[in-house]
Amino acid sequence: MSTLEQTASTGHHHGPAKGITRWLYTTNHKDIGTMYLIFSLVMFMVGGCMALTIRAELFQPGLQLIQPEFFNQMTTMHGLIMVFGAVMPAFVGLANWMVPMMVGAPDMALPRMNNWSFWILPFAFSMMLMTLFMEGGGPNFGWTFYAPLSTTYAPPSVTFFIFAVHMMGISSIMGAINIIATIFNLRAPGMTFMKMPLFVWTWLITAFLLIAVMPVLAGVVTMMLMDIHFGTSFFNAAGGGDPVLFQHVFWFFGHPEVYIMILPAFGIVSEIIPTFARKKLFGYTSMVYATSSIAILSFIVWAHHMFTVGMPLIGELFFMFTTMLIAVPTGVKVFNWIATMFRGSMTFETPMLFAVAFVVLFTIGGFSGLMLAIAPVDFQYHDTYFVVAHFHYVLVPGAIFSIMAATYYWLPKWTGNMYNESMGKLHFWLSFIGVNITFFPMHFIGLAGMPRRIPDYALQFADFNMVASVGAFLFGFAQLLFIYNIVCCARGGKKATDRVWEGSHGLEWTLPSPPPYHSFTQPPKVD
Amino acid sequence: MSSATYYVPEESRWPILASVALFLMAFGAGSLLNALSAEAGGGAGMVTLLIGALLLGLILVGWFGHVIKESQAGMYSAQMDRSFRWGMGWFIFSEVMFFAAFFGALFYVRTLAVPWLGGEGAKGAANMLWPGFEATWPLLQTPDMELFPGPQAIIDPWHVPLLNTVLLVTSSVTVTFAHKALKRDNRGAIKLWLLATILLGIVFVYFQGLEYAEAYNELGLTLQAGIYGATFFILTGFHGVHVTLGTFMLIIIWLRILKGHFDSEKHFGFEAVAWYWHFVDVVWIGLFLFVYVF
Repeated sequence: MSTLEQTASTGHHHGPAKGITRWLYTTNHKDIGTMYLIFSLVMFMVGGCMALTIRAELFQPGLQLIQPEFFNQMTTMHGLIMVFGAVMPAFVGLANWMVPMMVGAPDMALPRMNNWSFWILPFAFSMMLMTLFMEGGGPNFGWTFYAPLSTTYAPPSVTFFIFAVHMMGISSIMGAINIIATIFNLRAPGMTFMKMPLFVWTWLITAFLLIAVMPVLAGVVTMMLMDIHFGTSFFNAAGGGDPVLFQHVFWFFGHPEVYIMILPAFGIVSEIIPTFARKKLFGYTSMVYATSSIAILSFIVWAHHMFTVGMPLIGELFFMFTTMLIAVPTGVKVFNWIATMFRGSMTFETPMLFAVAFVVLFTIGGFSGLMLAIAPVDFQYHDTYFVVAHFHYVLVPGAIFSIMAATYYWLPKWTGNMYNESMGKLHFWLSFIGVNITFFPMHFIGLAGMPRRIPDYALQFADFNMVASVGAFLFGFAQLLFIYNIVCCARGGKKATDRVWEGSHGLEWTLPSPPPYHSFTQPPKVD
Repeated sequence: MSSATYYVPEESRWPILASVALFLMAFGAGSLLNALSAEAGGGAGMVTLLIGALLLGLILVGWFGHVIKESQAGMYSAQMDRSFRWGMGWFIFSEVMFFAAFFGALFYVRTLAVPWLGGEGAKGAANMLWPGFEATWPLLQTPDMELFPGPQAIIDPWHVPLLNTVLLVTSSVTVTFAHKALKRDNRGAIKLWLLATILLGIVFVYFQGLEYAEAYNELGLTLQAGIYGATFFILTGFHGVHVTLGTFMLIIIWLRILKGHFDSEKHFGFEAVAWYWHFVDVVWIGLFLFVYVF
């Protein structure tokens, strides 16, 4: 109790503890943010190795390296790990670091719960990865785990997969509640909602989406668990249920989930482009409304993932039109980013390169999404490599590029040192070229009819597959530069100024680099 | 607003311990279920699950105890109080969405999947799977009566469920009376009204247990009884778990009242539990209407 009273009476703010307990017991948003980011990077490499296993097998037609059973486990685990282990924790880590600093708070609103949100993740993913070594192998039904593949025909390890998903869900919901409470309650005096940085805005909306749909994911895996172990028939027509029910509930979670992975990216890009264009963001208000519209629309478009499942015509039409409607607010955003750059005094440091590449390549992914949204055409594209090309364009040069942009952008603030700019640029160009070589040919082989999640393929797809595999290895190994650059930057280098970038603005740049352990002990004034 | 309004707790052991406990529970439950399904014992899984659950229970007592101590020491400002309020509010919203998934499943099978299996509408071709299957709700005759033997009858809504509705609605009223009494600092009345709420909660769970026994022993309404049994038990079951949890929370609040905690101004812990209780009540109204009556 003595420490309790001391903290209470003096408002004393402790520095970091020494040794491993600093990380185990921490309540500090920066420590927790760092752990999230490192965890995400580790998972990115693990999931990346799985992707390279897939691409190595697909280098040539025929079965060379791995068996189809293992190939299925690789596609499944690659998807799950990248979505839940790499992209989402990276954004939560960025939110942990930046949101308190951007709104002028000392820390997150609920710091102990913040620590719990993080520490659940390593345990959840340990359990998930353990399934690969269990009898019958790991989950092999695709990251979307459609019933009955994931119920009647699933390996026994699916039970552990279900509990791992439950743990991730608990973590995400607590993390999201924390972010909302921080944004609603800990803003500095004078920072009204319409003065918040866009990264904060997009994360506020993302957190709302997380709280709304992670419980639905928990619900759908619970129904799976009941079907597998307790004899219910939710997804079995023999008892009056329906396997398609699984898809409806899953995608009710799944579609907002894809915006959970892109809205924070919108926020990051909206921070970076104005800095390096040395202009205010064009159309701030419309950005806020566009983000909100995208979030609302995301709840009524889910069945566009299921056009070929046999829905009534009215359903196909409804979901087709609502999906196309999303192009409007997304177009507003792309237009605003371009208008921000228009006649700006632009320089192209590494964060800006990634941000500009994001705008271009994400838009390509958006357009192929529009093609997929056309229900009659989707009958041709469904479950082909065209879909793989589409979602990798929005997730890799979309979400992942934005995370890399954010890392380069804020790394000098976090560490107090500048990263190596030429190495950063080299990393960018290798990634940019690698990503396009990997995923662009997938559009062609998809349109030509190559199905996804298949370890072997017909001979006419051989050339493009070989090209894609070469690109994947280029992209994969380029990430070693990224890691090397981060490690060097963390250990030393040219000292960064407080502003870091000439055109930067916002509360986080008013703090020293690196910032004090508790960001703002006094709430700053915002005009 | 001065810096004193910001309170950041010092390092805490609870979160990492809670993560370990959660992992043990999940891993134990997984092992147990897999062993049971493979008919291979499951003792080790059971032990791991119980250790994890016990550990988590102890941690929650310790963690919440710590928070209560901080609260009693007057360390929480009005701002901290608002953070807790937002936290609890959004937590309840997440619970609403959890139930929404099951309600959604219920509405989907009732209005679409089962009628299609019965040959209705554009998707009525599904009837070719089990020719002659007739769509009814409640679904007593499942398509495959061998795999999923449908129930002989369902629970009559106008007996125990109606009584339970009355009990739960009453308990929402009594907890509101307790809140009003707390605002007037009428300690005697709070204790009584809270106690009444707790008793109503316990009686509700007891009746729910009786109903389950009747369903299993007399009506053939089981988890295996096709989609009616599945939706019935998942909705009422999770609701029952929430009532039980809510009753525990009420008991803790009652004990805190006995110890002299809370005053007419500061009583967020009480309000959080009351919100949760009202939420459980609202879910029940939905259940009563859509699972039992219609």
